[in-house]
Amino acid sequence: MANVLVVAEQSGGALRKTTLHALGAGRELARRTGGKLHAAVLGKGIGAVASELAAHGVEVHAADAPVLEHALAEAWAPVVAEIARACGATYVGAAATAIGKDVLPRVAARLGAGMASEVLGFGGEGAAVTFRRPMWAGNVLAEVEIATPVKVFTVRPTEFPAAPREGQGSVTALSVSLEASALKSRFAGFKEVKSARPDLADARVVVAGGRGTKGDFKAVEALADELGAAVGASRAAVDAGWVPNDWQVGQTGKVVAPELYVAAGISGAIQHLAGMKGSRVIVAVNKDPEAPIFQIADYGLVGDLFKVLPELAAKVKASR
Amino acid sequence: MPLKILVTAKRVEDPESKIRVRPDGAGIVTDGVNYKMNPFDEIAVEEALRLRERHGGEVVVTSIGGDKSTTEIRAALAMGADRGILVRHEGALDPVVVSSLLAKVFETEKPDLVILGKQSIDDDQNQAGQYLAERLGLPQATFASKHESLESEAEQKKEPGLALGADGKSLSVVREVDGGVETVELRLPAVVTTDLRLNKPRFASLPGIMKAKKKELKELAAASLGVDLAPKVVVKRLAEPPTRKGGVKVADVEELWKKLHEEAKVL
Repeated sequence: MANVLVVAEQSGGALRKTTLHALGAGRELARRTGGKLHAAVLGKGIGAVASELAAHGVEVHAADAPVLEHALAEAWAPVVAEIARACGATYVGAAATAIGKDVLPRVAARLGAGMASEVLGFGGEGAAVTFRRPMWAGNVLAEVEIATPVKVFTVRPTEFPAAPREGQGSVTALSVSLEASALKSRFAGFKEVKSARPDLADARVVVAGGRGTKGDFKAVEALADELGAAVGASRAAVDAGWVPNDWQVGQTGKVVAPELYVAAGISGAIQHLAGMKGSRVIVAVNKDPEAPIFQIADYGLVGDLFKVLPELAAKVKASR
Repeated sequence: MPLKILVTAKRVEDPESKIRVRPDGAGIVTDGVNYKMNPFDEIAVEEALRLRERHGGEVVVTSIGGDKSTTEIRAALAMGADRGILVRHEGALDPVVVSSLLAKVFETEKPDLVILGKQSIDDDQNQAGQYLAERLGLPQATFASKHESLESEAEQKKEPGLALGADGKSLSVVREVDGGVETVELRLPAVVTTDLRLNKPRFASLPGIMKAKKKELKELAAASLGVDLAPKVVVKRLAEPPTRKGGVKVADVEELWKKLHEEAKVL
């Protein structure tokens, strides 16, 4: 029997969707190893999130303290490690979000554990679990084994189903003795990149622009808004300072897998493809008929994005 | 307040090289593959140099690997780092091993700051910096970035993105997080890992390359450092991802719309 602990995340008092997918992965591991699924939730004022987690049939460990509010890795790691020990977790995981990637390796170090990042699936037989993960910007899929008693991992949320609401778990509150004055790191501010559009990671449709926009994203944004889509960008567009950093889709940006991905003026560098090739339907619009993006697009249109996108937006509008 | 900074320079496959898996799945085909410094480490070296240019101090560059890894150390020295340390180790590496070895280098060098790439582009694990910080009981700031774009005036002037406090004992770091950017303040010594938008690394100049040949490059044998060198993450086999079949070219928006609406039923 091997218990599984998933580290939850909240945003504005609500459970993040990515956590549900991490719970989906945790559920699969618990089923295979015959263990119980636990969740750790850390932060300030997390009662509602803890109850929501419990409604997914997991045993919840809630650490509610001001010092945990901003997910400083230095503060979170010892608390998560303590919960992992207390619930006898063999597997400790989280979604591969900014917080998951920041905190979990520190938790692993504390538990003397090896770790697999951005896990796409589990292999092996029964309780002998292996982890499938990307290497070399997704050009290689590796099957890895973690040779330590405790195994730590982050999962790519798009690769696992969201855990449904089922059963009822308990909520155990933890007292946190950690003092902010004992920490050597301090949260000093957050600048939100506001958007009325859906989050890139969860959007059903993504419209992305690249170098071909020459910095003019109006057509890309207009089509996205017509479709209720998120806007993405290639690394070239982000590096040029045309659009915010967190629009970047790719191995070094966000990995997305929407129902429809429209790539406009994006040539299709390997590192960009790694971030979107899991999309169900890919449309490419590019002036260059030789652009590599056409090799993976379901529908390719050789043409000027400044003409094509508005026409497509008009079609969408007319169909309603 | 001069700063002593330790930076890493891992030898990795050039991101422009085509990576193919060997038929036996035990590794990648290395024929025809070029090697270079991990691009995220180049950003770490650049940031360390900018901090030194602003505040004075020393930049020490380290790499773990065989003889060939001296190429990456020399590349960092050519950019302007002051001296190098090769931790000689021929075997497989994982973030547990890497961070154990780096911790040993830290203990002898006692730097004020360690800057590493957020991940190396071969393993893509994104763990070594965080492991190192925890091992040493240090504060960390991963995914270091800055508010200004890479086209900004501050970037043209090669100003550092990491801001040293007036007392010289703290560091303010802008981090890329989900939904925005966060600022954290760290008490030194600390560990920082770099994201792409922190800076544009400089190219080595010819005089820089000439000077690099004369700079100190010390060697340490990994086996002599009293560290468990067995990787904890063991790669069983490698495979190429399923290829996505290209679809069809459509003539115009009318046809594209039809395909999306009637065939794919996605709109």
